[in-house]
Amino acid sequence: MKLTLRVWRQKNADAEGTMSTYEVDNISSDMSFLEMLDTLNEELILKGEDPVAFDHDCREGICGACSLVINGDAHGPERTTTCQLHMRSFKDGDTIDIEPWRASAFPVIKDLVVDRSAFDRIIQSGGYITAPTGAAPEAHATPVPKPDADFAFEHAECIGCGACVAACPNGAAMLFTSAKINHLNTLPQGAPERETRVLDMVAQMDEEGFGGCTLTGECATACPKGIPLMSITSMNKEWLRATRKVAKR
Amino acid sequence: MSAEYVDYSTGEPIADTKAPAGPVNERWDTRRFEAKLVNPANRRKHTVIVVGTGLAGGSAGATLAEQGYHVVQFCYQDSPRRAHSIAAQGGINAAKNYRNDGDSVYRLFYDTVKGGDFRARESNVHRLAQISVEIIDQCVAQGVPFAREYGGLLDTRSFGGVQVSRTFYARGQTGQQLLLGAYQALSRQIAAGNVEMHPRTEMLDLIVVDGKARGIVARDLISGKISTYFADAVVLASGGYGNVFYLSTNAMNSNATAIWRAHRRGAYFANPCFTQIHPTCIPRTGDHQSKLTLMSESLRNDGRIWVPKAKGDDRPANKIPEDERDYYLERIYPSYGNLVPRDIASRAAKNVCDEGRGVGPGGQGVYLDFADAIQRMGRKAVEAKYGNLFDMYQRITDEDPYQVPMRIYPAVHYTMGGLWVDYDLQTTIPGLFAIGEANFSDHGANRLGASALMQGLADGYFVLPATINDYLARNPHKDEVDASHPAAVETVRETEDRLARLLAVDGDRTPDSFHREVGELMWEFCGMARTDTGLRKALERIPQIREEFWRRIKVPGTGEEFNQSLEKANRIVDYLELAELMCLDALHRAESCGGHFREESQTPDGEAARRDEEFGYAAAWEFTGTGQAPTLHKEDLVFEYVHPTQRSYA
Repeated sequence: MKLTLRVWRQKNADAEGTMSTYEVDNISSDMSFLEMLDTLNEELILKGEDPVAFDHDCREGICGACSLVINGDAHGPERTTTCQLHMRSFKDGDTIDIEPWRASAFPVIKDLVVDRSAFDRIIQSGGYITAPTGAAPEAHATPVPKPDADFAFEHAECIGCGACVAACPNGAAMLFTSAKINHLNTLPQGAPERETRVLDMVAQMDEEGFGGCTLTGECATACPKGIPLMSITSMNKEWLRATRKVAKR
Repeated sequence: MSAEYVDYSTGEPIADTKAPAGPVNERWDTRRFEAKLVNPANRRKHTVIVVGTGLAGGSAGATLAEQGYHVVQFCYQDSPRRAHSIAAQGGINAAKNYRNDGDSVYRLFYDTVKGGDFRARESNVHRLAQISVEIIDQCVAQGVPFAREYGGLLDTRSFGGVQVSRTFYARGQTGQQLLLGAYQALSRQIAAGNVEMHPRTEMLDLIVVDGKARGIVARDLISGKISTYFADAVVLASGGYGNVFYLSTNAMNSNATAIWRAHRRGAYFANPCFTQIHPTCIPRTGDHQSKLTLMSESLRNDGRIWVPKAKGDDRPANKIPEDERDYYLERIYPSYGNLVPRDIASRAAKNVCDEGRGVGPGGQGVYLDFADAIQRMGRKAVEAKYGNLFDMYQRITDEDPYQVPMRIYPAVHYTMGGLWVDYDLQTTIPGLFAIGEANFSDHGANRLGASALMQGLADGYFVLPATINDYLARNPHKDEVDASHPAAVETVRETEDRLARLLAVDGDRTPDSFHREVGELMWEFCGMARTDTGLRKALERIPQIREEFWRRIKVPGTGEEFNQSLEKANRIVDYLELAELMCLDALHRAESCGGHFREESQTPDGEAARRDEEFGYAAAWEFTGTGQAPTLHKEDLVFEYVHPTQRSYA
């Protein structure tokens, strides 16, 4: 197929950005979206132009590196990561808009590459269980009811791509933050830090400049791993519980 | 082929001097007792550089920081959470024997030595098996959500090459969950100020001062700034080099630069030709293919592998009657069936495709069929066990594996070779350690499924943090080394020159075009089956590609900016040297063992024939110059416990 691409080009964090138009031809429907961009970049290099910068790594939908807004949707029209989106989702002659994640807490580094280190700092603020190496009890000492283990797993699946933030009209990181809180706070191992975890992570999230949640639900629709919107509700409940419990202390 | 390169010389033998004598099951305790310690109050005075944040690097960085060391850590990704360990699907082995099915530390040790086709060091492998049980405890304590039974206890499954159920898993995302556990532990240490984390920063060279590893040269991938970092010891946890093949299941940016640059500075490279070709990957669809995707080996628990009995049978799978199908693994290997080790399954797939019985485009595929499993267990149960893998397959191929069998074909997946290390995981450069896939230590010539995660975490959580103390205690570096040291100045200059040279060529070929070319050459001649003639052809071609590379490469932009083309091109420089060493190693090892199959060395029924008398050693290569014949140092492998036999999975 033959396609027209309108791509966000921005030389660096300080430069002004603009949408630039490119034509690509001989695109196979079996290609992944990123392979289509590879094709464009090969052409640009040979023409002596700067290829389009974009984050990508595993190309299996698990590392969370790829991060494109395609025709206005984070990760494009299918519920998956950009790297797992295939060109069969598009038609010959289509015009495709490609932009980076748009959120004030994710500044653009170059073209389609953004800085997501705010997510790392949210995890650093409490998204862990304190279990220094060597101090672990026998694994079967604490059975975990299967429903709890499954609930924890569903939230632990988050790949930290940031699509939730990009999709949210408020640029909120509630789905990301809640996924980690629900993963760890559901497990018995996470109980000792249950209150500090939710309070600290939410505080860090606010400090990073992410917006607030108005329950539009765009985040859960964009999430390639299907983290449910209810995750945010559970986090709010955890936060309320922790606030009251800490106040009593 | 440059005659000089093939004409390698054999130097002094090399031996591991760190593993204590005595019964194999006591060696690790003895070593830990004999190793010198660093007083807790003194640890913060020691800086350790860790390169990479995968299972090995992430767990090592976190653990060293917990012990009190000052850790300076690097990854090229934008976050330590994205290291490629995250993509491991199937599981992690541990000799817990929760199933009461006859498993034990000794059996895991035995299976791993045998699975590695008797090319691994016994003392290392036994330690790995011992530590396996602690890893599960550690990960559960961190909140890794392993699969559980209804009673709340941990579930396990079987993997290839073994007859017990010892693989712990978290659906098809075990690597992700284990990595996030290590990443979270690391995050806690970053927040505590014990780890100084440098994401989007790539190591480009090693700084060696007075024969000891004392630092690295790294490039900030955003600004392009080249900086030096110094430490009392350097740990490489930068993963394997499978991307030398261009198409592999590795992440796009996984690369060999850290280990190759260390090799150039004096670290021996062991068994570079030992590559694992994974049997169950999604076949390629065309020339645009940028990488290959693996389907977890766990699928072989319930899926049945077959091809049509007749050559060129192009009927759709469900139109081929049962008696016209050849379930070749079940036929040739009745006791292990579809669960034979990876090297054997891959080669068998290649054989049936070479016979003209392959399926799908180009005949480069075999069926992995779940029809029986769906009938036996019901679609729901299959969905619960493999749902995410089926979804992934459907997304990539646009075929529904619940309706038609999957098509799979082998692909490069893992490299058993790597930097030579002793029992302490120290390379031949004092103060330089290599852990995880970056070293060569535990898997011999073939790695068993679910053992990579085990080894990465064993090295990072338990082995390195115990052995590095000994080095640091014996080498108190009072002398401060900084960027003004001549060794640092020289290393920086060489790095800057290399990048400047890449930018200056301004030729007419893209980095990818060279990467693809060398990759295809390696797949053809140093892939699933290797011959003397083929390897010599590759050895003739590689220096020509290298020469052409430096004449025709085109890297746009500058070095002082975010420049992904420059990153790529610089990695290819190293692939073009490493590829040559891999071919030479494969050429010199005129036997078949594990993943290394030399067509000249096979049994009458086509199985790999080892030649223990001549090749019962690990080959550790010493660098002597680009394109110059390296020097071979042999580490004799002694088997006191598991006596080498021709592997049989029939």
